[in-house]
Amino acid sequence: MEPTEADLIAAVLRGDAASFEPLVQRYSPRVFATARRYARRESEVEDISQEVWLKAYEKLKSFRGEAPFEHWLMRLTVRTCYDFLRGHQRNRESSFSDLTEPENDWLERFVAQPETASENADAARLLIERILERLSPQARLVITLLEIEDRSVKEIAQLTGWSVPLVKVRAFRARAEMRRILAKMAMDKYL
Amino acid sequence: MNIAELQKKLLAAARANPPGDRVPYAFEKRVMALLAARATTDPLAMWMRGLWQAAVSCAVIALLLGVWAFFNPTASTNADDLSQNFENTLLASVDQNDLAQ
Repeated sequence: MEPTEADLIAAVLRGDAASFEPLVQRYSPRVFATARRYARRESEVEDISQEVWLKAYEKLKSFRGEAPFEHWLMRLTVRTCYDFLRGHQRNRESSFSDLTEPENDWLERFVAQPETASENADAARLLIERILERLSPQARLVITLLEIEDRSVKEIAQLTGWSVPLVKVRAFRARAEMRRILAKMAMDKYL
Repeated sequence: MNIAELQKKLLAAARANPPGDRVPYAFEKRVMALLAARATTDPLAMWMRGLWQAAVSCAVIALLLGVWAFFNPTASTNADDLSQNFENTLLASVDQNDLAQ
């Protein structure tokens, strides 16, 4: 019979480090999917995921088993991703003059007829990545969790360790920041 | 350009394209190897652990001695004698010089 998650965690805490491997195997897809929301390069995604698992091993003693292990791990993942964003604040002030041809085409289609610009287009996906990269770490985290992953304010508060009112304030500021960046992009393109 | 509409459209684009959950080959082996390497070659962690253990032992000893001193009233008179004797011994040469003069 396959050992349960609780058995594996208990074994690791008793000093059997090998029992940690099945946990890494089981939950790495979730960790990688989350890390890919915040880092573009695959090497950065791997670094973040590795960091998450090293931290998880070190802090496993603090896991009390009241909530599922996955929730605890996701909190750790989101906080590691936030640390990564804070440590890699680059390209935030650059202009939008280097948009690719498909991105420019998509924007022009949106300006001419907004309903014809499909959200499934690769250009739209690349554009939103560019916008997210220009957001501050806090704003990017809130926009990703609230608007893209569709999580509730309460869930975000649990994941980030921020209070519920703070999440609301940061969400309000993040949306405004995103609109400012979009306005700048429109100005760079059409003025 | 309608900025609010563009924002909505781009966020919908992000929702429609969730990132993949592919894990590199043998990633778990790499993590386990890193953990093993850390456990064997982290002198700082060993030093910290030793320091904490020493600090706890010292605190316990200090507490026990404090309790012992508190509940032993005779110890204070002995301590007075000891300090007086110590002072006499230390200043013995000065006293002898005074007497010689």
